Amino acid sequence: MQISFTLNGRPTTVDAEPATLVAELLRERLNLTGTHIGCDTSQCGACVVHLNGLPVKSCTLLAPALDGATLLTIEGLQGVPGSNQMHPMQEAFREHHGLQCGFCTPGMLMTAVALATEKPDLTEADVRHGLEGNICRCTGYQNIVVSVMAGAVAMNAAKGE
Amino acid sequence: MGNVIGIGASPKRKEDQRFLTGRGNYVSDIKRPGMTAGVFVRSPHGHAMLRGVDKSAALASPGVIAVLTGEDAAADKLGSLPCGWGISDAKGVPMKEPPFPMLAQGKVRFVGDMVAFVIAETPAQASAAAELLTVDYEVLPSVVGVLEAVRPGAPQLFDDVPNNICCDWELGDKAAVETAFRKAAHVAKLSLVNNRLIGNPMEPRAAIAEYEPGTDRFTLWTTSQFPHVVRLLMGALVLNIPQHKLRVVAPDVGGGFGVKQFHYGEEAVITWAAKRVMRPIKWVASRSEGYVSDRHGRDHVTEAELALDETGKFLAFRVNTLANMGGYLSTFGPNIPTNLYGPLLGGVYTTPAIYCNVKVVFTNTVPVDAYRGAGRPEATFVLERIVDVAAAEMGIDRVEIRRRNMIPKEAYPYQTPVLVQYDSGDPMGCLDGALVAADVKNFGIRKAESARRGKFRGLGYSTYVEACGLAPSRFAGRLGARGGLYESATVRVHPTGQVTVMIGTHNHGQGHETTFAQIVSEKLGVAFDNVDIVFGDTDRVQFGMGTYGSRSLVVGGAALSKATDKVVAKGKKIAAHLLEAAEVDIQFEAGKFSVAGTDRAKTFEEIAGAAYVPHDYPLEVLEPGLEEQAYYDPVNFTYPGGCHIAEVEVDPETGTVTLVNYTAVDDVGTVINPMIVEGQLHGGIVQGVGQALYENAVYDEGSGQLLSGSLMDYCMPRADHMPMMKIATHSTLCTHTPMGVKGCGEVGTIGSPAAIINAVVDALSHLGVTHVDMPATPNRIWRLLQNASLPVAAE
Repeated sequence: MQISFTLNGRPTTVDAEPATLVAELLRERLNLTGTHIGCDTSQCGACVVHLNGLPVKSCTLLAPALDGATLLTIEGLQGVPGSNQMHPMQEAFREHHGLQCGFCTPGMLMTAVALATEKPDLTEADVRHGLEGNICRCTGYQNIVVSVMAGAVAMNAAKGE
Repeated sequence: MGNVIGIGASPKRKEDQRFLTGRGNYVSDIKRPGMTAGVFVRSPHGHAMLRGVDKSAALASPGVIAVLTGEDAAADKLGSLPCGWGISDAKGVPMKEPPFPMLAQGKVRFVGDMVAFVIAETPAQASAAAELLTVDYEVLPSVVGVLEAVRPGAPQLFDDVPNNICCDWELGDKAAVETAFRKAAHVAKLSLVNNRLIGNPMEPRAAIAEYEPGTDRFTLWTTSQFPHVVRLLMGALVLNIPQHKLRVVAPDVGGGFGVKQFHYGEEAVITWAAKRVMRPIKWVASRSEGYVSDRHGRDHVTEAELALDETGKFLAFRVNTLANMGGYLSTFGPNIPTNLYGPLLGGVYTTPAIYCNVKVVFTNTVPVDAYRGAGRPEATFVLERIVDVAAAEMGIDRVEIRRRNMIPKEAYPYQTPVLVQYDSGDPMGCLDGALVAADVKNFGIRKAESARRGKFRGLGYSTYVEACGLAPSRFAGRLGARGGLYESATVRVHPTGQVTVMIGTHNHGQGHETTFAQIVSEKLGVAFDNVDIVFGDTDRVQFGMGTYGSRSLVVGGAALSKATDKVVAKGKKIAAHLLEAAEVDIQFEAGKFSVAGTDRAKTFEEIAGAAYVPHDYPLEVLEPGLEEQAYYDPVNFTYPGGCHIAEVEVDPETGTVTLVNYTAVDDVGTVINPMIVEGQLHGGIVQGVGQALYENAVYDEGSGQLLSGSLMDYCMPRADHMPMMKIATHSTLCTHTPMGVKGCGEVGTIGSPAAIINAVVDALSHLGVTHVDMPATPNRIWRLLQNASLPVAAE
């Protein structure tokens, strides 16, 4: 079936089997391999993308759900749309060593941006609770939590400018 | 151009740009022209005779290209998966080493054992065809626990391995230990289980293989921590492919923790199959498939006894362990519960006599091998638990009993009774630092506050040491290693002065691209931005043993340091010629070659240029070029260690244990990049927290089914399980590595489980609880409390 949606700011139309998972569609058909698949039970969160501005696990979403929707993946996350500038949350992860092997990182970033957008004055407890659906095996989460809090502050500052 | 950024600085990581923007290059991201999809058919039974495989329906399924089984592998005369270590018993009798066929032949020995490989045009077609394969199994009873496996009448995995015992291994002076026990004023005893773990790197294993008939070359992309070792073992011992016709690439790898440091059957099958079907093939494991095929870790049952004199001094330590090997010997398998376990039983103490017996046992479970820490967390757990048991029984404070037995700083180098000689350390300094950092003196106030809320608060210590930097080759050879464990690095200086390093270690999260660039920047005086680190490709890197056992900086970094020294030595020769001075008069400092006592000098860039464009150059005595290679073999292990203090709160209503404070003061030697070291400690500690509180791989005894077979059944630590940890270093320098480094990848995982369980036991000690097995889940604690004397209210 034909599915038309906005992908990282660009109108996109694909022809896909209705049973195709969004994570699969992104990785195999659209060559956007930044969205990762780390499990088969929707536990790990490596595949989180934004559907109409909200974080979703793309491994449990079927492609037809994209029709008419707006999708943002890690490849489209930017400081200023259309620029090569990193998003403040990406900068914060780099600054505070919020990543090691990088595999969970795209999903972590997409969840983190959503958390900070939803609640600008995030507490440590909010961040830890908000990351329940994203597993990292490398960092012990400490620097991810620090990064998300710093990224949220930077996002607020950028909004104020 | 940027600046020199050297040892001790924390520049932001070079690798982060690609990972933060979704531009990493993991195996599953790679596509090859004409690529097909492969799916493994795995045994659903723990133990069964394999009577036959009927391929016909699968072969007729749409899109199917081939179906391969163990019979096909046997017809092609493929080898068995090799074990890299050969251990022996006390009489020198070698371990039993049954063949490990890459696809099962005649029998399957664990749920997940590979039976067939189905190749089709798409993953969906391959999966559909795999469902149509008819496998004729004659199911046998399974045995999954070590105690059950050695009992008379237990199911036998191999005809020629009586009682399922692979090796009855021992270490230490048994007679001296017995004598000491006879003189003891007190003997503390402890029975414990070290729970079975699944490593769970976030990237599942994957591989792509391709054969080019025009050049007769194979390429394997694989999620490996040691691509050169895969090339050597697979090419030379399994598939009989000459090394120059086989390229192994391990690109970005999403975490390893040991799980990816073995040569897996999947790698051999897919490489062999690529030539048979003359098409590239890709296989990506699902998480559930990883649970029944990634090598597991730990899984010990242990009886320990500590003999003490009347003052609490340790006289002797005796440990008897049954260690689970699973269904076959994996690459490092038998080395882990023996050589990486027994020699660590001395810990940071002066115990004069130690004896350790380990029975290495086959069971119908996934093969067990190294998982972060590998043997050393098990040793630390036994020792640090029994020290607490002895302290409680003798009425001695837990910190005091440790102090009475600790090796003083001035006693290093210290020879233990179990082979290893510690070169440097200061366990008392780490302990003192941790006591302050953890605010132990006010623990009573916090405990009382918890009690007012109806919670039991406990404090636990772990003062530990580990051996890492694998490994001094001669020493390892005496222990049974079938190859040396050195490392190599090439420093290629380009004509314009930038540097590319080719190194045999593998970066899969540890930040090598940054740390190693700092070493080069410091040693050669070149800008940090002008150094790139290349790894993970046998066509680009000379050779290497890869990354495991906290060896990359200790062994690889030393090779790199040595190679930079060679570059400087060659640069001095070139400078002497250009500056018309004697070589001995040339000094190299801060990126400049100068003639001592003069202002005549050449920059590093000028020397690099002259090396490659040698129009004015004594070619008869000096070769052009500025590229040096070095191999480094350590003379000893390194011995990082430290003190970890955990503080927990137990809710008696639910049995839930909450980790409320965690403090670690570790001695990792010289710190190259403090930010990265701290990150390694965070991650290591939380993997230890996982073992202590959450993670457990559980098998059903009769059927051999893995009951914890997905992320929904196997509990991984989440962000809200952790408090903010306090991390500090208290370093003494390693005396035998070039930069004084000791390694930091595993310390967190080794030190932490004992600290946490000691804290849980402390919290419950007023109820008569003396030991809690891992993981200390709410269920386990709640049951303990139901059986305890007074679970009603906190004191």
